[in-house]
Amino acid sequence: MIYIPEIVKSALSALSLNKVRTFLTMLGVIIGVFSVVALVAVVQGFQNYITDQFNSLGSNLLLVTPSIGNGNQDPSRAFMGNKLSVKNIDTINLYVGDKIEGATVSVRIAKTIKYKTKEYDSTVVGGNYMSYDVYGLSKYSGDYYTKSDDAREAKVVFLGWKVKEELFGDQDPVGQKIKIDNSTFEVIGVADSKGQTFDDRVYIPDSTLRSEFNIDTVSSIAVKVKESYDIEEVLREVKTALFKDMKADDFSVVTQKDVLSSIDQILGVLSIALAAVAGISLLVGGIGIMNIMLVSVTERTQEIGLRKALGATSANIGIQFMIEAIFISVVGGSIGLGLGYLSTLAVRSFLRATIPWWTVLLALGFSIFVGIVFGTYPAVRAGKKDPIEALRFE
Amino acid sequence: MTPVLQAQNVCKYYDLGTQRIEALKNVSIEIQKGEFVAIVGKSGSGKSTLMHILGLLDTPSEGEVILNGVNTKGMSEKELAGVRNNEIGFVFQSFNLLQRTTVLDNVMLPLKYSSVPNTEWKKRALEKIELVGLSERLNNKSNELSGGQKQRVAIARALVNNPSIILADEPTGNLDSKTGEEIVKNFLDLNSQGKTIILVTHDDDLAKIAKRQIVLKDGYVVK
Repeated sequence: MIYIPEIVKSALSALSLNKVRTFLTMLGVIIGVFSVVALVAVVQGFQNYITDQFNSLGSNLLLVTPSIGNGNQDPSRAFMGNKLSVKNIDTINLYVGDKIEGATVSVRIAKTIKYKTKEYDSTVVGGNYMSYDVYGLSKYSGDYYTKSDDAREAKVVFLGWKVKEELFGDQDPVGQKIKIDNSTFEVIGVADSKGQTFDDRVYIPDSTLRSEFNIDTVSSIAVKVKESYDIEEVLREVKTALFKDMKADDFSVVTQKDVLSSIDQILGVLSIALAAVAGISLLVGGIGIMNIMLVSVTERTQEIGLRKALGATSANIGIQFMIEAIFISVVGGSIGLGLGYLSTLAVRSFLRATIPWWTVLLALGFSIFVGIVFGTYPAVRAGKKDPIEALRFE
Repeated sequence: MTPVLQAQNVCKYYDLGTQRIEALKNVSIEIQKGEFVAIVGKSGSGKSTLMHILGLLDTPSEGEVILNGVNTKGMSEKELAGVRNNEIGFVFQSFNLLQRTTVLDNVMLPLKYSSVPNTEWKKRALEKIELVGLSERLNNKSNELSGGQKQRVAIARALVNNPSIILADEPTGNLDSKTGEEIVKNFLDLNSQGKTIILVTHDDDLAKIAKRQIVLKDGYVVK
């Protein structure tokens, strides 16, 4: 019989004799676990970011897009054969107007916004006066544009919070003029902060955006369904209504849940793929452990012989070497996990990266697994040493 | 009285390809409790092979080894390890201490494979360390000791489990003559306290300190 604490003590003592070598052996596992944890955390951060953005829109939003929902179709149709138009809004209002809070087209272009000497790169989002409700915005100051602004293609803008901060600082921008390309627009309001995507935007009537920037496509249509109606049912009705304007494969209507689950699916696959690639470095780390443990078995042959002469069984010897291998991989895994956690803190200012609980279990479990798998062969070899040969070994 | 250790018709041979090398030929010996026996012989006489078989580190090709009346033939690897741990204390020519490990930990090593409760380990080890006069070097690492001190640590380690037999293989071989004499005195003292000692050596002068000599030549017991 042998006491496990004694084996652990012997293992630690053996490993401490060669501290640098032990650390270098651990390094493979440290890098492997760190990579797995950091990559999963970053992907998780993206997932959190996207979920936050969607959640801030509310769960009762329908999106009409140019045919992206059906995987069997040619993806280029979404750009080349975009049949969405402003007319679709009228059709939706005509057929399901009583079941929705509003509908707006969405036209997005990247532009540099100028105010005096200051410049800021932003996304200019064109929509009708309903877009304020559809996007769930709230006012920090001023007003949103109105139906009449839409109708007369008024050169007015409603700024996202970040755009206001970058261009105007603490100054109230309402009434000020900004420039987009060579056109001048009057600031009529500022939105409260609502997350990075929304804060970086400049809202403008879509009629104005199309005429000023010569754009005739609509990126998507957003429809906000009244809370009292079943979103799936309204989705079907919107689809049926749009058949009046377009063919079935010209457009897709999806709920936010659908979009989120598609993104989740993609990120989930990405997460697994990245973890698998990082996992390869763990295997390399494991091979490093096996290599060093085999060297250690050879170096300590005489010690093995001595222990056997003094009463150790093959199992006692094997367990001791196995514990050394597991110790290296578990300590390496824990350090990797710690570094992975620190890396999430480092990126936290711009990405809400989190380490899911399963990653912690996976990393530590895989570390133990690597220790056991790659420690077994050296442990068996150590246990099988003939005591006489081992005692004679020099 | 039952001998503490018996070898009955022990043969040991090794097959090297088509050639058979016979290291021990029909060796039968008996060692009584409290005896001090030297196994003597020149290099290649088979004394080391006999020591390994008597120490249960190796098994005979033919014949039996009986320890305290118990036939060890057919014992499993685990049982043999247990018997080695409880009944035999080894002292090697090159000391075989764990490097960079303290005197105390070296002496406690056999206890770690025994059924002795761990609360007893330190007490037992301290007794034996005191017996060999190394109480002041308790926490010194083995590489900080002189040759003679190392061998005394090895003797303390051999005694710590209170074995029936001490099996010493050329215990003075790596020591200068003065230190060797001190170690010999340790063995004589142990024997006078009733411990059975088997000394394996090629050194006739050293063998003379034993009360009985078993002389091996070409694998046979000749005396």
